[in-house]
Amino acid sequence: MSEDIVLIARSITKYFTDPLPVKVLDDVSFQISKGEFTSIAGKSGCGKSTLLYILSTMDTDYSGQLWIGGQEMKIKTEKELAAVRNEKIGFVFQFHYLLNEFTVLKNVMLPGQKLARLSDKDIEEKAMFHLKQLNIDSLAKKPANQLSGGEKQRVAIARSLINDPLIIMGDEPTGNLDKKNSDIVFEIFAKLSSEYGQSMLIVTHDEEFAKKTGRTIVMEDGRIISSG
Amino acid sequence: MKIGLIPEIAKALLIARLRQTLIAAIGVTFSITMFVTLLSFMNGLNGLLDSMILNRTPHIRLYSDIKPTQHQPIHLSKKYNAAYHFISSVKPGSSRKELYNVGAIFQTLKSDDRVLGYAPKVAAQVFYNIGPIEMTGVINGIDVISEQKLFFFEDYVVEGNAIDLQNLPNTIILGKTAAEKMLAKIGDNIQITSGSGEQYTLKIVGFFQSGLAEIDKVQSYASLKTTQKILGKPANYITDIQIKLHDMSLAPKVGKEYSALFRCDAEDIQTANAQFETGSSVRNLISYAVGITLLIVSGFGIYNILNMMIYEKMDTIAILKATGFSGRDVKRIFITIALSIGLFGGFAGLIFGFLLSKIIDNIPFVTAALPTVETYPIDYNPVFYIIATLFSLATTYFAGWFPARKASKVDPVIIIRGK
Repeated sequence: MSEDIVLIARSITKYFTDPLPVKVLDDVSFQISKGEFTSIAGKSGCGKSTLLYILSTMDTDYSGQLWIGGQEMKIKTEKELAAVRNEKIGFVFQFHYLLNEFTVLKNVMLPGQKLARLSDKDIEEKAMFHLKQLNIDSLAKKPANQLSGGEKQRVAIARSLINDPLIIMGDEPTGNLDKKNSDIVFEIFAKLSSEYGQSMLIVTHDEEFAKKTGRTIVMEDGRIISSG
Repeated sequence: MKIGLIPEIAKALLIARLRQTLIAAIGVTFSITMFVTLLSFMNGLNGLLDSMILNRTPHIRLYSDIKPTQHQPIHLSKKYNAAYHFISSVKPGSSRKELYNVGAIFQTLKSDDRVLGYAPKVAAQVFYNIGPIEMTGVINGIDVISEQKLFFFEDYVVEGNAIDLQNLPNTIILGKTAAEKMLAKIGDNIQITSGSGEQYTLKIVGFFQSGLAEIDKVQSYASLKTTQKILGKPANYITDIQIKLHDMSLAPKVGKEYSALFRCDAEDIQTANAQFETGSSVRNLISYAVGITLLIVSGFGIYNILNMMIYEKMDTIAILKATGFSGRDVKRIFITIALSIGLFGGFAGLIFGFLLSKIIDNIPFVTAALPTVETYPIDYNPVFYIIATLFSLATTYFAGWFPARKASKVDPVIIIRGK
């Protein structure tokens, strides 16, 4: 396996059993190379979010194989998977999930403190650096629940970057934002990809967004019909 | 991961739900307060009641009982050795009431290092003469100094001076009830008639109150010498020896030993006051049961509040898990929340428990039955505080464990997808 490949999915198949057995993912295989800005597009209900949750290691109920950074995920325990999510994957969700009990800065710092590769001081510096990059460093001391939607999403992006992840995964990151904020978020992603060579996998139903990414995987009824 | 991170997250969650956590903590505080107060009060009372008996009761009493000879003449006959003897109408012989060879007994007791001390006693049946009326009574001849040392005699002498009994000849300390009947005052002389019909005049130097009216009506105290004189007996005439041991639990064993050694009867405190021990342990059991019930109820309060918190914090849990916190970390966060509620609530409970005990300790409690007691008794035993702390931590841990486990099992996909 090449060093350049960050993620490999091989014959991933998943059923929903409730209320009736339905095959939501059917033999999905693809791989993502380092630095690729990939989007997964498809209509609502085609299984793209389900796929992302499997790729993100949060959903372990599937058949097939998943390698992230050269490691097989199927054989890992819940604790090890949590460590993989912490270290190798950065998340950006559709709904800007921040911890309302903490300040913006603390939200960005928490995954870094969990990993504890750096001292708290270095983590804070790094978090401030990312916030500055995203033009929200002035909000650092605010409680997370006082931010607007667009600002929250930028904080979430800063948080996803804190541990220098192998790959950033986004589940409709612009799905809940207006045009202006969507564009800002896209610009950030594009910049991360072009300037820092950050690998990214973004699920979206926004065709315009998908078109602008480096590679688009199109899904329909649980299958890949075009892998870009 | 840094050790401080889990407590930090737990603290943030706690502060975000300050009112709920306060209510849970107040529940713990209340139950710990009641637990500590209840046990302190209950044990104070137990101690008081026990000491009423224990202070006044020797661990071993040596005496010679009135009973028939163990070996009847026919037992000595070789001819009927193998036969079973039917003897009817056996009566006690002319046995002596005093102990044999008390000098040797005193020597032995003095050199036995299990013995804390001993007090000899002579009991004399008398009549108090009040004008034309005669009232039965018992004069206990005592050695005032050893009686004070071992049985806190002076605590029960409510008026007058106990030591005068030893220092002044022909003196008596009367039971309070008897004195009231005789309308006697300190310094008065009273007439008594001994069992053999001789009259004596004794000077009253004090009044005695045991708390049991029946005793105070009959019993009175005089020095050994005075009592021996009333009975017309020599100075080695002793009817009882009261012994206190260093370790009360040895009483039955030591009692048997002395009984065989001195060829007299021995009664140990365990046999004489068996019902008392039972009463104390049952009261203790009840107070522990009530205290633990209170704690368990507050445990349910914590369980409820944590459960509610987990439902409210589903998003937070999902995010923590998505960003790399394992189920175990989440469980630790919620157990930390539960334990800190237990710790702070419990600590406040200890303080309030102590204060409430102090208040009870200052409430006047005056009763004729207990002359030495002025306020409600409280036992400030640190063991209760330690038990309360351990219980508050244990109940909150278990109350937190189930909700925490539920939180650790939250599937982040369902939460994130479900929005």
